Amino acid sequence: MINLENLTIKKARENLKAKEFSARELTVASLDAIKEKDGDINAFLEVFDDALEQADDVDRKIKDGLDLPLLGIPIAIKDNMLMEGRRATAGSKILEGFISPYDSTVVKKLKDAGAVIIGRTNMDEFAMGSSTESSAYGATKNPHDLSRVPGGSSGGAAAAVAANFILAVLGSDTGGSIRQPAAFCGVVGLKPTYGRVSRSGLIALASSLDQIGPLSKTVTDAEIIYDVLKGQDIMDSTTIFDNTYSIKKKFSQMIGVPREFVESEGVDESVRKNFEEAIKKFESLGYKVKDIKLPHIKYSLSSYYIIMPAEASSNLARFDGVKYGLHKDGKDVIEDYFKTRGEGFGREVRRRIILGAYVLSSGYYDEYYGSALKMKKLIADELDEAFEKIDLILTPTTPTPAFKLGEKMTDPLLMYLADIFTVPANIAGLPSISIPSGLTDSLPLGIELTAGLGREDNLFTAGKEFLGE
Amino acid sequence: MDKEKVLNLAKLARIEVGDDEAENLTREFDAILNYVGEVKSAKVSPLVLDFQGETLINVMREDTNPHESGLYTKKILEQAPAREGDYIKVKRIL
Repeated sequence: MINLENLTIKKARENLKAKEFSARELTVASLDAIKEKDGDINAFLEVFDDALEQADDVDRKIKDGLDLPLLGIPIAIKDNMLMEGRRATAGSKILEGFISPYDSTVVKKLKDAGAVIIGRTNMDEFAMGSSTESSAYGATKNPHDLSRVPGGSSGGAAAAVAANFILAVLGSDTGGSIRQPAAFCGVVGLKPTYGRVSRSGLIALASSLDQIGPLSKTVTDAEIIYDVLKGQDIMDSTTIFDNTYSIKKKFSQMIGVPREFVESEGVDESVRKNFEEAIKKFESLGYKVKDIKLPHIKYSLSSYYIIMPAEASSNLARFDGVKYGLHKDGKDVIEDYFKTRGEGFGREVRRRIILGAYVLSSGYYDEYYGSALKMKKLIADELDEAFEKIDLILTPTTPTPAFKLGEKMTDPLLMYLADIFTVPANIAGLPSISIPSGLTDSLPLGIELTAGLGREDNLFTAGKEFLGE
Repeated sequence: MDKEKVLNLAKLARIEVGDDEAENLTREFDAILNYVGEVKSAKVSPLVLDFQGETLINVMREDTNPHESGLYTKKILEQAPAREGDYIKVKRIL
């Protein structure tokens, strides 16, 4: 019997190469763990019926002496990434029954790297949420405490890794949707530089912010998956080239802490304490930690909650009950739209589409959307300048540990504030990683490292040193 | 924000919204807009006003080499809620 608890991708690859276990045995261990415990957690929306066939296929390749970065590693995908012939719902009723006609670029890359793709994980509907409670298929629970949320929107992904169902899952991050659940569940979550990973075949939320990345147990594993996923793609014109951001600055272990921002109102005492301990740990590892001033970073969240709904209202116009997905019949074609979208979209999605329509409407466009775009540029410039003197910015990942199910569902603004520390990296397009930094009352906490554009290497170096990898 | 405005926006977004929900949304939007509205008053230096030209570049490809006609027709039509032959079927528009 394989013990998934002590296994990482790196170790599993060694075991597979040494024939200590087969890809089938590893996949069976994953499937058994899900069968046994996911009834309580609801991390998976579907486990693919061909997982064992995929594993057998991999075992033949291993026998033939093939060596690939993820050969034989079971991996799952968040339910907003397309895999040919498989369902994808983005956690929404409006895509119930939809079968993907093609592979997303990331799925293609996972397949090419030899991964066994075993299923789809739960998420907030269309990635709109910070708790996975807005999924149309039921909330996911935090494996550390079933009365609490796993975070979101990649909550199923984070819970699946934390519950030792699987070694890694692909998530997507528009305002913190990989890093915030990673922190709440005590796992590693990486959001790469904007444009680093292709979004072709990702169901879009806000296209100027969305990015795909891994949730895993270690920084080393996150890097292995990142190396598989990254790269320019003709199918996503926003993807960058390897040399788009040339590496100029040598890593010098300089960490900046935006002190005023970290001490914002609403940051839990346990988080502050844990954060100070993390600073000490970095100092003991030889890092220089200094306070920095980023006067506009506090406006990231308000800019985000203007830009994101604006783009979402436009992106989600495609769900009309005509081309694919749910169709509800009305008396004429226009009533078909109203009924399909009214019944197919959940409450939070309706809220954000309508809010997006407002900030884009004539008379309010300049005031809201225009101002937010200017602020986005200002914040990006401010951070760019900061990275001339430092290598990394350190903040907590979240202002609190995982909250109770239902606690924030009646107050959307309160829910939005859960993203306060994660949103700036999306606004500025920067790579950012959440790393487990200990427990408070047996709930995990995370710290977040953010690097300059294209400097994932700095995140990996510091992250590995922090976790002792 | 008022209820009429919310109902009108919902109409523009082609989403059926009930009276109760519209009332809730009115209250929620007031709170959200009050919070995000801080960007309106934040001072932004004139330098960044004209930024779109320098940062956002459209990546284009040549409009050539189309894929073989009909290659994806079947797969894509299979997802349509209603079809007639190789067409997606909708109700009469005019």
